[in-house]
Amino acid sequence: MTSPASRASRRRRRWGDARTAAAFLLPNFVGFLAFTLLPVLAVFAMSLLRWGVVDEPEYVGLSNFVHLLGVSREGGRLAASDPDFWRFLWNTVYLMAGIPVGIAVSLLLALLLNQRLRGIVFFRTLFFLPAVCSAVAVALLWKWIFEPEYGLLNFALMKLGVAHPPLWLASTQWAKPAFIIMTLWATVGGYNCVLYLAGLQNIPSELYEAAEMDGANAWHKLRHVTWPLLSPTTFFIVTMSIIGGFQGGFIAAFMMTDGGPAGATTTLMYYIYNNAFRWFQMGYASAIAVVLFALVFGLTLLNWHLGKRVVLHE
Amino acid sequence: MSSRALKGLAYLLLFGIGFTMAVPLVWMVSTSLKSGGDVLSFPPRWLPTEAVLVTVDGAAYPEATADVDGRSTRVAVLGQTAQGARVRVLSSGEERVVPRDRVVPKRRVRLAWDNYARAWTALRPERGFLGLLRHADGFLVFYLNSVFVTVAITFGQVFTSSLAAFAFARMRFPGRDALFLGYLATLMVPGVVLMIPLFALFSRFRLTDTYWALILPGMFSAYGTFLLRQFFITVPRDLEDAARMDGASPWSIYWNVILPLSKPALATLVTFTFLHYWNDFMWPVIVINDLGKKTLPIGLAHFQGPYVTEWALLMAASVLVMLPVLVVFVAGQRYFIRGLVLSGLKA
Repeated sequence: MTSPASRASRRRRRWGDARTAAAFLLPNFVGFLAFTLLPVLAVFAMSLLRWGVVDEPEYVGLSNFVHLLGVSREGGRLAASDPDFWRFLWNTVYLMAGIPVGIAVSLLLALLLNQRLRGIVFFRTLFFLPAVCSAVAVALLWKWIFEPEYGLLNFALMKLGVAHPPLWLASTQWAKPAFIIMTLWATVGGYNCVLYLAGLQNIPSELYEAAEMDGANAWHKLRHVTWPLLSPTTFFIVTMSIIGGFQGGFIAAFMMTDGGPAGATTTLMYYIYNNAFRWFQMGYASAIAVVLFALVFGLTLLNWHLGKRVVLHE
Repeated sequence: MSSRALKGLAYLLLFGIGFTMAVPLVWMVSTSLKSGGDVLSFPPRWLPTEAVLVTVDGAAYPEATADVDGRSTRVAVLGQTAQGARVRVLSSGEERVVPRDRVVPKRRVRLAWDNYARAWTALRPERGFLGLLRHADGFLVFYLNSVFVTVAITFGQVFTSSLAAFAFARMRFPGRDALFLGYLATLMVPGVVLMIPLFALFSRFRLTDTYWALILPGMFSAYGTFLLRQFFITVPRDLEDAARMDGASPWSIYWNVILPLSKPALATLVTFTFLHYWNDFMWPVIVINDLGKKTLPIGLAHFQGPYVTEWALLMAASVLVMLPVLVVFVAGQRYFIRGLVLSGLKA
């Protein structure tokens, strides 16, 4: 039994603590409120407006969403009220085709960098370099490499016997693969590779020793020890890559193609940017942003759900 | 496979992938040092070169090696005709017309360092860097802006995040865990979702096109709070308790106990924040229009406008933008990589 007096003093201390805690939290919390929490709430409100920045905002209910996602049947065919949105959503998803390749190469690089070999620090630094380079500079560099007539890539392809190499960024067919190639170059040795490397270093060496005693070869060890034990890392990387993928393509489109040719490289991000900051349709842009948010949120939850089943837990 | 063969395979792959990673960077530096038509030479040359000129009758002509009567001879190329190149043999002064494929122009290595100077000075904002510089070199202004903005954000973020992280990690107050969960939840919000309301907010207060707009949103970070909190909870309680016995205030515990013990985590956050905001692009491009307030990435994007086909200048400017990041990265690599691991897997 505690006496009422000591309980009161404890309560006083608790609230005294709370006041001190509030003082510590305040500077951060004010900023968090103003620049993160309120904007998140505001974007939902803004998505219900027709608003061209200079004129007065007008409440239009869900009509932005109806226009954005609406599909009607016209002469036996489905027609979207904003066909661009669906095209740009497809572009965004198409560009994510590089993700599995990127993850596989990142894992391969991590496996290589995890060997005790000479000069490994040099290679690690080299592989990581593109990931810290300014994406704007990387985009300019690759715009030059993809240059159809004088660029390095087409020169290499012609050397290899390709008579008519693609026009890359100037071609509706090849602009997206070009983006994927650039992204692979810029990211395979970066964050994902380092995460894998850390994951590898956390695997106890006894497990490998035990596997060797059972006569496992290098492939068996990779398949039955390394890969399952890396599953939390893989899961994290896949989740983050999908989240990042839906928000991708802005700098590349801005610097290299302006979303073209004929919208072939416009992603959802670039569409939002154009709507909000070029055409000043803040309400419509907010609606697209809300849809993007919902997509990311939904996929993260789904991923989480699937992850519970496929990830090996210690 | 023997371990020897595996090792060989590993090296083969390392060199192969290393080569692929390095070639674009080497190509960038090579292009940045090329002069004039050398940039658009086909096939491309790795070493920047220039044509060697020779003076004939007071005028300069490109020098070449030509096959004249089956002998390789030094010539000056005077011009082109339908039959081939009109050349003058330098030893005899005799003029000949030689098939074009028999003439090899002579070139020597020349590194056009002045590309960097040209890129550096090409843009001239009327007023730059806090309005202090008038008609200064464009990239000087971008550098100073970037340094100012990035340092301000980094200081602000480390300060506010570490205070909040201290409260979350070491203090007890009602609603703590719910609030922290709220912080975590916003980490999932795509950045662009915030940018539209933020732009509306800043334009309402007439703060677009100001340094405030560049700096303020970056100073308070849920991510930094999360990262530091994860580290602070690992600092042993005994030290804190001992300090409290001696009558230390929470502020003094934060400043004298927790912060000094968290140097690796702080260094991680500093490196992270610095690199992130140094390379930040979308928000600055939305909110800044005035050339004199542009940071390096958006300055480079602006530079692309008037010089869109001048690859040597564009590559020189790109190198100028990349260089400091590479230096910071190589110096802070350890912390950076630790930060990645800390933030990624202990969530």
